[in-house]
Amino acid sequence: MSESTSEPSGPSRVDGYGRIDRSRTLRFTFDGREYTGHPGDTLASALLANGVRRTGTSVAHGRPRGITAAWSEDPTGLVQVEAPFPEPMLLATTIELVDGLVARSVAGRGRLADVPDTARYDRRHAHCETLVVGAGPAGLLAARTAARRGDRVVLVDDRPAAGGSLLGTERIQGRAAFDFVADTLAELRANPDVRILPRTTAFGHYDDGFVLALERRTEHLASPPANVSRQRVWRIRAGHVVVATGAHERPIVFCDNDRPGTMLAASARDLLHRYGVLAGREIVVFTSDDAAHGAAVDLASAGAAVTLLDARPTLSAATSALLEEGAVHVRPGATVTGTRGGDAGEITHALTDTGEVPCDLLLVSGGWNPTAHLFSHVRGTLRYDAELGAFRPGEAVPGTSVVGAANGTLDLAGCLAEGRGESPEPVPTVGSASVPTVGSASAPRLNQVLWRTDGDPARQYVDLQRDGTVADIARATGAGMRSVEHVKRYTTIGTAHDQGKTSGMLASAITAELLGVPVESLGTTTFRPPYTPVAFAALAGRERGRLFDPERTTALHAWHVEHGAVFEDVGQWKRPRHYPQAGEGMDEAVLRECAAVRTGVGILDGSTLGKIDVQGPDAGAFLDMIYTNMISTLRPGRARYGVMCGLDGMVIDDGTVLRVNEDRFLVMTTTGGAAPILDHLEEWLQTEWPHLRVALTSVTEQWATFPVVGPRSRDVIGAFAPHVDVSAEAFPFMGFVDTEVDDVPVRLARISFSGELAWEVSVDGWHAPAVWDRLLELGAPHGITPYGTETMHVLRAEKGYPIIGQDTDGTVSPHDLGLGWAVSKKKADFLGRRSFTRPSNVDPLRKQLVGLLPLDRTRKLPEGSQIVELTDALPPPPVPMLGHVTSSYRSAALGRTFALALVKGGHARIGERLTVPVGAELVPVEVTGSVLFDPEGARRDG
Amino acid sequence: MQLIACPWCGPREEVEFHYGGQAGVAYPADPAALSDEEWGRFVFVRANPVGRFEERWSHSAGCRRWFTAVRDTATYRFQA
Repeated sequence: MSESTSEPSGPSRVDGYGRIDRSRTLRFTFDGREYTGHPGDTLASALLANGVRRTGTSVAHGRPRGITAAWSEDPTGLVQVEAPFPEPMLLATTIELVDGLVARSVAGRGRLADVPDTARYDRRHAHCETLVVGAGPAGLLAARTAARRGDRVVLVDDRPAAGGSLLGTERIQGRAAFDFVADTLAELRANPDVRILPRTTAFGHYDDGFVLALERRTEHLASPPANVSRQRVWRIRAGHVVVATGAHERPIVFCDNDRPGTMLAASARDLLHRYGVLAGREIVVFTSDDAAHGAAVDLASAGAAVTLLDARPTLSAATSALLEEGAVHVRPGATVTGTRGGDAGEITHALTDTGEVPCDLLLVSGGWNPTAHLFSHVRGTLRYDAELGAFRPGEAVPGTSVVGAANGTLDLAGCLAEGRGESPEPVPTVGSASVPTVGSASAPRLNQVLWRTDGDPARQYVDLQRDGTVADIARATGAGMRSVEHVKRYTTIGTAHDQGKTSGMLASAITAELLGVPVESLGTTTFRPPYTPVAFAALAGRERGRLFDPERTTALHAWHVEHGAVFEDVGQWKRPRHYPQAGEGMDEAVLRECAAVRTGVGILDGSTLGKIDVQGPDAGAFLDMIYTNMISTLRPGRARYGVMCGLDGMVIDDGTVLRVNEDRFLVMTTTGGAAPILDHLEEWLQTEWPHLRVALTSVTEQWATFPVVGPRSRDVIGAFAPHVDVSAEAFPFMGFVDTEVDDVPVRLARISFSGELAWEVSVDGWHAPAVWDRLLELGAPHGITPYGTETMHVLRAEKGYPIIGQDTDGTVSPHDLGLGWAVSKKKADFLGRRSFTRPSNVDPLRKQLVGLLPLDRTRKLPEGSQIVELTDALPPPPVPMLGHVTSSYRSAALGRTFALALVKGGHARIGERLTVPVGAELVPVEVTGSVLFDPEGARRDG
Repeated sequence: MQLIACPWCGPREEVEFHYGGQAGVAYPADPAALSDEEWGRFVFVRANPVGRFEERWSHSAGCRRWFTAVRDTATYRFQA
């Protein structure tokens, strides 16, 4: 059996072991060489089966490294996968082998794939009474107990198959262990309230039973179906979380303990029983307790020559028994102090305190660390267990229980009992290491916790991935660090992909030893999610590309696209910024659109403006408190411009209010203000004035609104609604009518954001394209020009109309904007009123909105530019700042550039000259009033 | 992620909620009667205790109703 080196899938494969499918052969490539393996292999097991010892080079010291563990706790075996799905730095021990796999070794760091990740990732929610993490013996029984109780159960396990650490040699409830596993799974599968998720890693545990888990759905398939997501993040909300995540074996630190061929004892046993891989022929097992005996015996049975070096001077009963059996050569009281290697760095000898022992595999077992990560994530505290030599869950956390090896219960009978729920909460305080191991009667184990042996600390590796040594820890404590958290960050030990699964406990213990304090007084570093690395792509799920953020489009979006609009993002909205014609850049297009509006007629898609329907007998009184100006006196059929302030008296939004009838208003907000202003209104209505009979509804999406703007707009609207008298007398500024055109209800409102004669045409989204087309058709004889937001901005700026959020920043009052006329002096109170009389609000040196005209009429100031006193040479810093440019454009109507700016005491500086430094240049400007075009308002009525 | 009990909708995930600061700070009956100092305190100053705190919350991504809850600011646990 041991001589079956002719196995096609590698010289280290032994017959009669493993749960791989030997009837099928898979081909794979590692570092350019072709190998074979079998379904059921991991890349690591297949490499070891083929005798590949070295799988990488360490990141800082450039030392050869190999596989040191059989699953996700391995600190070393990171590889770069090139095919079938390129991904950097995956653990060879958790990559399930597929035909055609191509991987390379890495020197500590991988590289991102240079092709886009086109796979699909998604997310699902699950709700259950009981979530069990880990399908080992404890977890399986916990799931069965909960399911029999009638719970909805989710059972997640990170392995391809259930069974946890079971090897198949055990017996459970009188049956072979895997029969027990199969029967339990069958019972769970038959229960419609149980969801079993293999290949699923619970990586984070949060408040109130919330657990995130990553399911790997297709990576083990040679040709994954295109309609199945590659990975899925499960968001599980559980009434109770059972942590049954097992334990990680702990290494012992000695010199050159990083050589390929150095491995955890249980991992070598795992490789044999799972994959039929005998990772060495001449094996030394170094241990300080009885837990590694099983590995020694099994590997010897499989054909290896095994020498057990037991650091304990006194023989335990189990070691004595082993000695008597004779299959394993036992040397009590021996310690490994170092290793010697061959040309490729692989191990050839274990160096002991009594001489060299030749070997091709050195197995280490220093005891077991409970995998308590998911318990720690929810602030469960760990306490040191001296017999275990590790930290284990302490005081129970409500809603969470920890069972089996994760709880420090290392014997199978104890795991099964805890899984059945027989261990009362809080967890037992008796050291469970004293619980007899299965099959070893009741003899005490005489554990000796051993962290490291004597030797050169610079060659004693604690964290093999980070190349962190005992010398590094000594440097940290020498520099004065006393906390394991500081030592971790100073040395980077425990910060790699494995987050210290094997190194964390050792780092704490060695730090304690160097400081001369007990390890329990130091504690351990905090476990934080994720338990294992999670790709950003999985966390992003479907929220990539166009789905990253919702895109909102108006009813006319298709028209805009068809007519070559250049879009800009306004919040989540896609708004046409301008419609360039052939050969035009933005500047030319905007100048053309502006000129068309000022001299003829233009049309804008203004549908994104926020609209809030305010109804109820107290709507007027409510809006009087919300706006700075009086709203309740507005007559039905009329509109009014209004300003809203916060309690601090600073402007938060502006827009027009339409009174539809006695009990109903339509509040128009800025595009960005639609949601926050509705929230603002709801907050005041619900929390301060619940007695007011008012209801608020967002109707932003219900209306499409098209401003038709310019001196020729009356001709267009008159033709559009011939039954409506659109004369200035009959249809005054700030009046509106609800009417029908071709049986379609429309609202016509004389509202202007440009100073020009203008109507806003509002219609429901369904009829919007037809109405838009009709307006264009009727406007064609007048040269109607669609214009975008950039043109809208220029037109409003020429009139000094501020954009809230562009010309304001939350520290600007209505008076600062020159909108004092919109602040009621009659109303007893409104939001912000009291603040207007505070000293800082009446300070004449407040920043105020003014116009700026660069003396060079072609010079466009960059928005955001700082403003200083007029100078031809800047004084030494700090230069007193007077304010900044908030808006800056080229104006077709003015035939020059201009800007709006917030300037200290700006209203009193009108006529003065100031300087705007632009890079190294000093640009002189003249301060003007903010209304630069048609200050008399002569154009409003056409 | 915590569950927060909305009095209208029951327990929902915390991302559905919006925090509204200290509860029970009433809008003054007559702001004009307050000194600048008193008004400034009303606008800007809120309690910040360790432990039990009466707070305003809004189920902003759900029923959109405001409610008052008692939360322990040291443990984040809602108590009422």
